[in-house]
Amino acid sequence: MKPTLFLQTLLLAADASKAPGSARWEDLLIQATYLAASVLFIFGLKGLTNPAKARRGMQLAAVGMLVAVLGTLLDQHIVTYTWIITGMVIGSLIGAAISIWMPMTAVPQRTAISHAFGALAATMVGIAHFHDPGSEATRGSVEMTALGFEVLFGSLTITGSFMAFGKLQGFIPSQPITYKGQNASNIGLFVVAFLLFLYLIFNPDPDDLDHGRYTAVVFYMMALLGLAVGVLIVLPIGGADMPVVISLLNSYAGLASSATGFALQNNVLIIAGALDGASGFLLSILMSKAMNRSFANVIFGAFGGGEATAGKAASTEGLTVNSISVDDAALQLAYARLVIVVPGYGMAVAQCQHQVRELAELIEKKGGEVKYAIHPVAGRMPGHMNVLLAEANVPYDRLYDMDDINGEFPRADVALIIGANDVVNPAARNDRSSPIYGMPILNADAAQRIIVLKRSMSRGFSNIENDIFFNAKCSLLFGDAKSSLTQLIGAVKNV
Amino acid sequence: MLAEIDPQTVTAFLRMYVFVLAGFVGYQVITRVPPLLHTPLMSATNAISGISLVGSLVIAGKGGDHMASTILGFVAVTAAMINVVGGFMITDRMLKMFKRHERTKP
Repeated sequence: MKPTLFLQTLLLAADASKAPGSARWEDLLIQATYLAASVLFIFGLKGLTNPAKARRGMQLAAVGMLVAVLGTLLDQHIVTYTWIITGMVIGSLIGAAISIWMPMTAVPQRTAISHAFGALAATMVGIAHFHDPGSEATRGSVEMTALGFEVLFGSLTITGSFMAFGKLQGFIPSQPITYKGQNASNIGLFVVAFLLFLYLIFNPDPDDLDHGRYTAVVFYMMALLGLAVGVLIVLPIGGADMPVVISLLNSYAGLASSATGFALQNNVLIIAGALDGASGFLLSILMSKAMNRSFANVIFGAFGGGEATAGKAASTEGLTVNSISVDDAALQLAYARLVIVVPGYGMAVAQCQHQVRELAELIEKKGGEVKYAIHPVAGRMPGHMNVLLAEANVPYDRLYDMDDINGEFPRADVALIIGANDVVNPAARNDRSSPIYGMPILNADAAQRIIVLKRSMSRGFSNIENDIFFNAKCSLLFGDAKSSLTQLIGAVKNV
Repeated sequence: MLAEIDPQTVTAFLRMYVFVLAGFVGYQVITRVPPLLHTPLMSATNAISGISLVGSLVIAGKGGDHMASTILGFVAVTAAMINVVGGFMITDRMLKMFKRHERTKP
């Protein structure tokens, strides 16, 4: 029922886009390719609901894209192909190079920078359109509203995504950067940018000698403010909050595309942008929920700053942790019936997903069962752990979401925690004063035994002490996760 | 009587229909995407929203005396193309990795 209604509306709106009398058969053909592309995009996303059909779905979506691009080349406004072809060749080469040679561990960075590219395209189109609206119309407030959204969201996303990229890539410190009055000044800047936007809506035409004198200046000031706000808003956000921020920027990039569609009166842009926007929005909600925090808290919270929690460290003083030798750990793993692996960002940093899989296969050979417990915000973006483990050839039916696996921990002989910290911290359950109180966690502490691969006793990202390490059932295997795993593999082989 | 309305407002309203319904369809479909595939989902939507390429093409190909807008269009085409080609290729590379467990190994 929904799709039919949707298609009807689509046709209706496609109809209205050209003035009567001016239609060429090419225009109709172009609209037809856009319609086909829109439908194929939705099929493509629908494919992603099933891992077995996902590839074919996305291939359909790619065909949709190709059709829409070919259709567009028929547009009568295109008179020269020089720049089009140059841009397409350069873009294709860069895009293909990135996707072929980029290691899977860099997926979060690539995703962040791709939002910047998308937003850059939207912003450039917006600026070009501002100066050259085409022959049809004098510029009205409606068009300016679309353009303003496009350029404001676009510019904010360009720098915001670039900052996120920098933090993930490591050339900008991933610790939150905070200063006094940060939130107030950020909100202030955004309000100013919005006021400029309002001015543009009421004075939309730069060629209008009475009311448009400042329009161009205000337009560029708004774009510059957008760029500044993008930088400033990501500065105080720390690495562990990246899943929310990336999702949010994904949504913004989509909305900027949609706004481009409004400005250019192009339905397929509106639809694709809306799909992207909805997806990013949904993911940010899921990620926030998985951290038991609101959007506002993520953006304005500057988590992991450390001031609020510094006093907490004393409470664990006097408690001791048990360390374990490789041989003892190997013995426990080799004779376990069920091992649940809990991976975290540390696994991505150590790039040890292949060793994890190798160890798991050995345990399976010895007759044990291995399952993986994936917390929604483990890693730096939604689904980060799943992709890394899939890359290491871990079958996806062994990867379990938090809600599906939590009931199984009491049955597990060993919970093997690799580079995860906050997502297994029991303080989230029982310490009201903890900053992560209320966050849903993996119940690793319910397992019979807990083995933690850990570099040192340093704290997790949120800078809070983790009680699970002081649990009597828990033993720590100190060292770099990759070399610890390699040693474990050797030791389990000899059991 | 009532003031006349700019016809652009009416068109914009029709486009709002498209936007809202597409967003709704997107939300419904994407709710069913399992967390397993959330990373490919992100690169997929990113590739799809690279459709803004279509808008950039017209600007880059307009020619005429607007050199500035041609350059802007060229930058936009390049950036959008990076997302389209890179997005679809990397999504496919990721999806290829997701395999079920099989017992048929020799």
